[in-house]
Amino acid sequence: MDNEDIEIKVLLEAVRLKYGYDFTQYASASVSRRVKKALSESGLEKISEMIPRIIYDRKFFNSFVRNLSINVTEMFRDPLFYCELRERVIPYLQTFPHIKIWSAGVSSGEEVYSLAILLKEEGLYDRSMVYATDFNDIVLESAEKGIYPADNIQKSTKNYQKAGGRESFGKYYHADYGSAIFDRSLKKNIVFANHNLVTDSGFGEMNLILCRNVMIYFNLELQNHVFQLFDSSLCNNGFLCLGSKETIDLSVIADAYMPVSKKHRIYQKKIHRQGGTLKNAE
Amino acid sequence: MRNDFQAIVMGVSAGGFNALHTMLPLFPRDFPLPIIIVQHRISENNTFLEESLNRVCQLTVKESNEKETINPGIIYIAPGGYHLLVEKDLTFSLSVDEPVCYSRPSIDVLFETASLAFGPRLIGVILTGANDDGSEGIKKIKSKGGLTIAQDPESAEVEIMPRSAIETKTVDFILPLEEIPSFILTVLEDS
Ligand SMILES: C[S@@+](CC[C@H](N)C(=O)[O-])C[C@H]1O[C@@H](n2cnc3c(N)ncnc32)[C@H](O)[C@@H]1O
Repeated sequence: MDNEDIEIKVLLEAVRLKYGYDFTQYASASVSRRVKKALSESGLEKISEMIPRIIYDRKFFNSFVRNLSINVTEMFRDPLFYCELRERVIPYLQTFPHIKIWSAGVSSGEEVYSLAILLKEEGLYDRSMVYATDFNDIVLESAEKGIYPADNIQKSTKNYQKAGGRESFGKYYHADYGSAIFDRSLKKNIVFANHNLVTDSGFGEMNLILCRNVMIYFNLELQNHVFQLFDSSLCNNGFLCLGSKETIDLSVIADAYMPVSKKHRIYQKKIHRQGGTLKNAE
Repeated sequence: MRNDFQAIVMGVSAGGFNALHTMLPLFPRDFPLPIIIVQHRISENNTFLEESLNRVCQLTVKESNEKETINPGIIYIAPGGYHLLVEKDLTFSLSVDEPVCYSRPSIDVLFETASLAFGPRLIGVILTGANDDGSEGIKKIKSKGGLTIAQDPESAEVEIMPRSAIETKTVDFILPLEEIPSFILTVLEDS
């Protein structure tokens, strides 16, 4: 192991012990890039010099974590995924009186507002309960506000239209001093909560889970842990949606899921387990 | 010259479609290294480039998947909209971090992570392009003792990117596009 790897390992262990944030099973190449970015911002010379700062200086730690968590997101990211959701998943959900949805790693909320808009247009919103979670309080706070830079609106509108939007996108927000404030009614049935996929347990009986562009940052072992968490949180025949380059195929739960859309990474739980044996859900 | 190389990384931008179609078919069927490529592209989520290259190349061309093990004799292309990273266990990771040099995928990100994973056993190649992505990456590859090549700007559809790499003074060889594969083959054959 080279020195830098040793330093990173010790540093992540310090972060875990002190604050409970566990990055030890994140994909190393990306973590190492982000740690070095934090280092160059800190003005310090060696990665290991950040360790005392992290332990004794909460502010320093906060900015360190900000560097480590990648929150880049947008409304209707991968518009064709949302089309597919509309066409392949919504009709199935229409048959339920109540629907529970979990958007995990929701970042600043664009994903869950996109989902809320789609549910509204499909007449499902009022029977839906949506849990929007992330382990980063700063982004969760902006998610709860639902206020985004007006600069993003053009892209959002374009995505919305490509995603099969039925209305004029302008209907869902009002512009105010360079911001777009999304309609309050969109968050009526959304619960925003801090949840760490590595350390916290799951939620029960979800019909649909979205976890997009989160697990690409995890190593295979941690991915498996999270896949199992989702598996235990999904009801039978529930749907799991991943980011457009993420796959369930390498995971321990792969056999229990059926691709609904291979291209757009939508999977349906096809089997339920009883007393450790596998049984077809018919 | 040494011949213990384990991988080639390439970065290409404007003019890349033609450059790749000219150069990649020149690698023989039994070429022993993986070739990992970042081509800047505007349209995300289509595999047109891979399909088109596959029709003309002797080696298999495919999009790189996350967690995929890097195998010799395959040409991997970074998917649009994601950074492509090489892990030390020689698998791929993807990420949606901010663009670097306005690009995602970024050549620098691939080159930097590959240089950490392969150390001196890496060959880095910068081809035609209209920005300076890859220059930082080329420096990193050189600093780890790898071999660095830039397309001769004269032969490049757009010269900015190879010129910028050359200006870092860390490029070992400047070659016309068509000569890059045969040059690499001689390097690998030397003992
Ligand atoms: C790139 S964003 C994805 C946002 C959105 N899902 C999308 O696809 O556009 C990744 C998010 O995952 C969150 N995340 C990373 N590790 C996490 C963990 N262990 N538990 C919960 N959220 C996590 C980050 O805070 C970040 O907001």
